[in-house]
Parts: sequence; C-alpha cells; structure tokens
Amino acid sequence: MTSRKLLSEAKLWLVAIPVLLWTLIPIYHIFLFSISTKDSAFSGRLWPKQPTLHNFVTVFNQDHFYLHHFWSQIWNSLWIAVATGVITLAIATCAAFAISRLKVRGGRTVMNAALFTYFIPAAFLAVPMYKAMGTYGLLNSRWSLVLAMVTIASPYAIWVLKQASDKLPWELDEAARIDGATPAQLFRLVYLPLMVPSLVAIFTYALLLAWNEYLYAFLLLSHENTIPLAVGLGHFLSSDDSPWELLMATALIYGLPPAAIYYAFRRYMVGGLTSGAVKS
Amino acid sequence: MSAIAIPHPPLAPKRGLSTWQTWGLILLAPYVLVFLVFVLYPVSYGLWLARHPESYKTLFEDPVFFTTVINTIFFLLVAVNLKFILALYLSGFFVHERRWIRWLSVIFIIPWAVPAIPTVYSIRFMLNPEWGVVNSLLFRWFQIDGPNWLTDPQLAMAMAMLVHIWKALPFWTLILMAGRLAIPKELYEAASVDGASAWQKFKYVTWPSMRTLYVTSTLLSLIWTLGDFNSVYLLTGGQPADKTHVLATLGIRYIRLDQLDHAMATIVVALPFVLPMVYFMMKRLSGDEQKTS
Repeated sequence: MTSRKLLSEAKLWLVAIPVLLWTLIPIYHIFLFSISTKDSAFSGRLWPKQPTLHNFVTVFNQDHFYLHHFWSQIWNSLWIAVATGVITLAIATCAAFAISRLKVRGGRTVMNAALFTYFIPAAFLAVPMYKAMGTYGLLNSRWSLVLAMVTIASPYAIWVLKQASDKLPWELDEAARIDGATPAQLFRLVYLPLMVPSLVAIFTYALLLAWNEYLYAFLLLSHENTIPLAVGLGHFLSSDDSPWELLMATALIYGLPPAAIYYAFRRYMVGGLTSGAVKS
Repeated sequence: MSAIAIPHPPLAPKRGLSTWQTWGLILLAPYVLVFLVFVLYPVSYGLWLARHPESYKTLFEDPVFFTTVINTIFFLLVAVNLKFILALYLSGFFVHERRWIRWLSVIFIIPWAVPAIPTVYSIRFMLNPEWGVVNSLLFRWFQIDGPNWLTDPQLAMAMAMLVHIWKALPFWTLILMAGRLAIPKELYEAASVDGASAWQKFKYVTWPSMRTLYVTSTLLSLIWTLGDFNSVYLLTGGQPADKTHVLATLGIRYIRLDQLDHAMATIVVALPFVLPMVYFMMKRLSGDEQKTS
C-alpha cells in the first residue's frame, strides 16, 4: 500500500517538475539578465560571474538613450491604469445595477452588445478604433488609451458584476422599496456594500488590463511624452545592438507591480472572475 | 457626435415604475455611450471603408496575405488544440489536494498575470541563434549547432505557438479545473467501488460532465487566439520577409503602412469565420441567463 502511495506521489512530481521549469525559465531568464553585465548576459551563462545591481541604477538614473523618459513612462502607465480602473468600475457598476436590479428596459440588448464587444478579438477592434480615435482627435492623448481600455474592459466587468448582482436576494430590493427607498438609496445603501468583493476584483482586472496592454498603447500613442512603459520597452529593439541587460531590468520593474497586485488580490480575483466563466 | 441620444422609455403603465425605469436608463447611459462612440461607430465606419472590391483584389494579390492565412489556420488548429489537451490534463493534476500543489498552482499562474512584453522578449533572446541560452546549452551539452529558431519561418511560427501556449495555458487550466471541481465526488467514489480504472473514470465520469465546458472554452479560445497579436508580433515582428504574420499582425502592419482599407479588408475576410462563433457564444451565455432567471 505504501509503495503504491509512493508511486502515485512520484507520478505527481513527474508532472510538477516539468510544469515548474516550463513556467519559470522565461521569468528566471529576465531576472538573470537584469543582474548580469552585458558580456555575462551574452555568454549564455546560467548564473552571472559577478551579479550586479548596476543595471537598475542605470534605469533609475535614466542613464541610457532608451531610458531618458523612464520615470515619465512609468507615470503614464500608472495614470492610464488607474484611470481605466476607476472609469470602468464606475460605468460597469451602474450598468450592472440598472440591468440586474432595476430590470431596465433594453437591458438585455445592452448586455448582448457588451458580450459582442467582449468576444470580438481585441486586435480586430484595434483597426477601426485607431481610425475613430484619429477622427475624434484623441490620438497621442493618454485619454485615447484610457477610453479604448475602458471599452475593452467594461463588457466583461458588466457581465461579472451582473452575475454577482443577480445572486443578491430580491427580497432586499422589495423591502427597500416598501420602506420608500429611492433607487439612489438602494444603490448606495444596499447594492454597493454587498458588491464590494466583486468591485475589488473588477477594479483590479481593469487596472491590470490597462497596465499590461501593448497593442493599443503602441497604436494610439507615439509621442514620447504620452507613451507608457510598455511602448518604451518596445522601442528597445529598434536597433541591432540593443542593451538587452537594461531592457530586461526595465522589463522586470514593469512586470513586478501587476504580479504583486494580482497576488495581493488573488482571493477576490479567482472567486470573482472565474465564477462567471465556468457557468457556461 | 451630438447626434447620439439615449432612447426614451415608452410610457410606463404605472407611474411608480417610471422613476425606477428612468434611473435605470440614466445608469445605463454611460456604457451605451461608450458602446456607440467606441464600438458601433468605429466598426460601422470601418466596414464602410472596406466596401470597395478593389481592396480585396489587391489584398488577395499580396503574396504576404496568402502566407498569413495559412499561418493563421495552422496557428489556430495547433496552438488551440495543444493548449486545451494540456489544460485538460493539467487541470486533473492541479485538483489533487496537496499543499505543495496549491503552491505550484500559484506559481503556474504567473505567465497569465504578468504583461506580455517582458516575457516574450525574454523568450526571444533565449532563442537568439548566437547568444541565446538555448543554442549555447545545446552546444555545451551535446556539441550541436542549434537551428536559427526565429529566422526559419516554420520554426518561428512554431515558437510563436509555444509562446502563446505558455501565456494562455494557465488561464484555461484554471477554468477547466473549476469545471472538474464542480463534479460531485460521489460519482468518483461510486466508480471506484465498481472497480473503474483511471481511464474509465475519465471516460465515463469526467469527460461527460466537462464536455460542454471544454467545447465552449475551445471556441472562445479560438476567437481570442485569432486576435493574439503579442505572441507573434513581439517574437518575430512578422519577420523574416513578412513570412510569419497572422491576420492580427497583418492588419496592424497595413495600418503602419498607412493602408487602412487593406487593414479593414484583412479583418472583414475573417468575419465569416468569427461572427458565427461570436453569435454562438452570445446565445450560449444569454441562454444560461434564461435558465437561471
């Protein structure tokens, strides 16, 4: 019996080790480059001869041609991510409340329109969106990226919030209505407090989506004062002798916040975001 | 853009109801506005731009387009199916109740949680034929010269598929895992009592309860993989000689060349394939709604 148990345990490890390596190698490679000198990085070593933090110093001091706008790019990324999170949350919360609790006429049609947007591949929507942003005169303004990301994030946000809202007991609304509550009071005093976990999940979702976005960012923003860090990283490869060790140090700084935020809010994210997806 | 107006509600039969309906419309208005301004108008205008038959003629005559279509079909068929077979298998691994497996699942999510550009660039350098770690290890350990991973179009496409799978696998594993966890444990216990083998348990218990979820997820992933710009663009940039494009990157390439009607035509070509699936998915989710309410 114990040997059989050992065997099944060994089988699990036989899956676990390749999975671990597969997941971590590209990430370790970023870390490795960020603490290596250029020579060491290009020699294919698995651990630098002399690990150094010099790359990070160079990045923070903006001490390279590609890094002259590092801090302003981080600021842009942050600004765009927070604005997207706030606006998406506001729009989606109101829409989900109207559809789910107020049973507004046409709510179903709007939900379908939102789902349509959600299912269309983002890269396909990018082409007409680019043209439209040009027409609106928004190209090269950070707002263009914020509004594009709100457009992409809100359908899923509305859907998840609607699913969560549908689960709230209907008796609460009836009681509130009998007591003479206005819709605004119902929204503020009943709906919002009960929805907090889903609201946290949706805010985080929209925030990360905007921070991580590359395609829309590089299409809509090209002026050096408005580009976020993702686009800045993209510029690194415009020449042949790119400073890969600096690129990877910057990339590590760029990738850490979303990973940290994801793990900080994982409790909300997993419950809040997969519940909807699994239903079908 | 002043032409956009929120549709007025028809007069409600009861007066009390109409304040609630008015509030509903007010709260719905911001999203409706976003949809009209940033989805409906751009898409309609884009389709209007793509109305000329000449755009399609030049598009079909562009040799890059033909290669791109072949690439896209291969990318979808291979990457999506491989990803889902792996996800189905790994979801069975991750449902084991062990503390260390829970920790592993936390690590396993990283590729999905972090942005694409750092990790894809990292893989790109690993595959660099001269300085990348892959070829230098191949040489150090086996004394063989590794291939030019990213300058051979077929190999480069295969690598782009790997990048896509690396990034998207955790999410779908999570989804299928939730599907597995929803299967009542009693079914497995009963099967064990009847002396079912692991394969029989999968065939008669797991698969029948997961089939719908599996098919729906595969379809959804098919549509989204079609829009996967990052895995291809950040790895190869469509190079060498524009031989590693997929439809998503080709559309953007035409934008960069300032040929917007060709960019739109590229997308319109994919619509007969995309729209039925989108419609099916919408029906599926709306249908669910009817059942619950």
